[in-house]
Amino acid sequence: MSPDVMPETVVAATATEPAKQGRAHTRARAARRRRMIVAAARAVLLVAVLGLWEVFARAKIIDPFNFSMPSKIWDQVYTWVTHGTALGSLGEQVWYTLQEALLGWVIGVVAGVVFGIALGRIAFLADVLGPYIKVLNSIPRIVLAPIFVIWFGLGPASKVASAVVLVFFPVFFNAFQGAREVDRNLVANARILGASDRRVTLQVVIPSATSWIFTSLHVSFGFALIGAIVGEYIGATKGIGLLVAQSQGTFNAAGVYAAMVILAVVALLAEGLLTFAERRIFRWKPSDSES
Amino acid sequence: MSADTSPAIELRGASKIFKTPSGGLHTAVRELDLTIGRGEFVAVVGPTGCGKSTTLTLVSGLEEPTEGEVLVAGEPVAGVGDKVGFVFQQDATFPWRTVLSNVMAGPRFRGVPKTEAKQRAREWLARVGLSAFEDRYPHQLSGGQRKRVALAATFVNDPEILLMDEPFSALDVQTRALMSDELLELWEGTGASVVFVTHDLEESIALADKVVVMTAGPATVKQVFDIDLPRPRKVESVRLEPRFIEIYREIWESLGEEVRITRERGAANVA
Repeated sequence: MSPDVMPETVVAATATEPAKQGRAHTRARAARRRRMIVAAARAVLLVAVLGLWEVFARAKIIDPFNFSMPSKIWDQVYTWVTHGTALGSLGEQVWYTLQEALLGWVIGVVAGVVFGIALGRIAFLADVLGPYIKVLNSIPRIVLAPIFVIWFGLGPASKVASAVVLVFFPVFFNAFQGAREVDRNLVANARILGASDRRVTLQVVIPSATSWIFTSLHVSFGFALIGAIVGEYIGATKGIGLLVAQSQGTFNAAGVYAAMVILAVVALLAEGLLTFAERRIFRWKPSDSES
Repeated sequence: MSADTSPAIELRGASKIFKTPSGGLHTAVRELDLTIGRGEFVAVVGPTGCGKSTTLTLVSGLEEPTEGEVLVAGEPVAGVGDKVGFVFQQDATFPWRTVLSNVMAGPRFRGVPKTEAKQRAREWLARVGLSAFEDRYPHQLSGGQRKRVALAATFVNDPEILLMDEPFSALDVQTRALMSDELLELWEGTGASVVFVTHDLEESIALADKVVVMTAGPATVKQVFDIDLPRPRKVESVRLEPRFIEIYREIWESLGEEVRITRERGAANVA
């Protein structure tokens, strides 16, 4: 406690300061290095897979006719982009498929959310409809696609329908679960504060189910694309699925792969848009869960 | 006129029996008789899990009694009424609403126009000292601040009856004392009747006009103590007064026995 001890401790404290900064600095540098290594490893992996594919195909270790090769796939994409496909311009095919998928997705999502919330809130409905929904869900719904082509013809309606049946169930189950797992305290609080049943549903149940619903939106857009593509593959006048079917029919393996590449790009863009929307909607959530 | 002279809350032989998930019956509250006068601050203490919270849900109208009667302002309780405010033990602020919007929720649910609701909400936010935080979301606040939001959101509805279920039990000791003082200040202006459930005897004596000791579950009233400490009180200083310690000893004699019974039962269940 004597005053002459004081200066020493102060000196000690200031001496650790730069050391602490140095440590923080090295830690930041290590983190940056790690990120670079991860990115580099990713690039190496991609180049290695594509390179081996190309080399093996050219060396005839794998049959280039069946398996094609990255350079041919690239050529195919390039031709489609610059000269258009046999069905018309590539943009038109993408747009066609995207329209069908989007429409199917929106209808499926709206129906899934409405039914999910309704069954989650009204026990009577859940008890009556529950077993039927389980049965419908256990049907391999992709098999319905040919039936839809028979019912709705070669136009977009049959593709929208197969997208809807694929999208509906994951969205429904998540919305249902979300409505069921609403914090009971929040519901009790809203009721005490004077909310009617309708208000509780609209202003408590739906907002707290949104994080559940959004989880399913990511998966289900992929499902909508699958529904549209399979529908087109079975019978259509336009679209990427038809492109796949035609390429297959002309033994053009590169064409099948090229269509897949285009689809992947479309799906990634849609995913990006969805993530952007999610960030806007979930401003109220703590951001520490982001990785 | 009869409604004006009737007590704020009256429980007459109220019992609540729940079905347990395993199909058995669990009696949470048994033949409870309790009368709470207008403007009275009543604290309810009892061993943990004895059914104190159930008593509050009966008064609030969130649950109906299995037997007996619950009257609020002389009228039997049928569903959630507009006279009651409830502060919950856990966080019950709406995480997707801003602080201001949370406090506005009550008036908006009750059909008050938006501008008026906003104005009233701002008044209460000022009273709990959160005016600078009205645009924040609950997750950006500390536990004590969230509790203040909950208080403002409750008081903005001008409740005649204020039910509080261990509202400060999740807070640290210092924040708790501070919040208790703030609660007393807020309450003194309103004339509301308060039922404050807690397992903390000190808290209950420091806050209340009357302390109700409950028996080990199923809960019923064991004894009622009048607290004759003068108001206005400061929680931190009142607990050092000799009279406070006297009262504490007196009530603990009654409560301690129930706590012991609960503990022995717990031990028997484990064995």
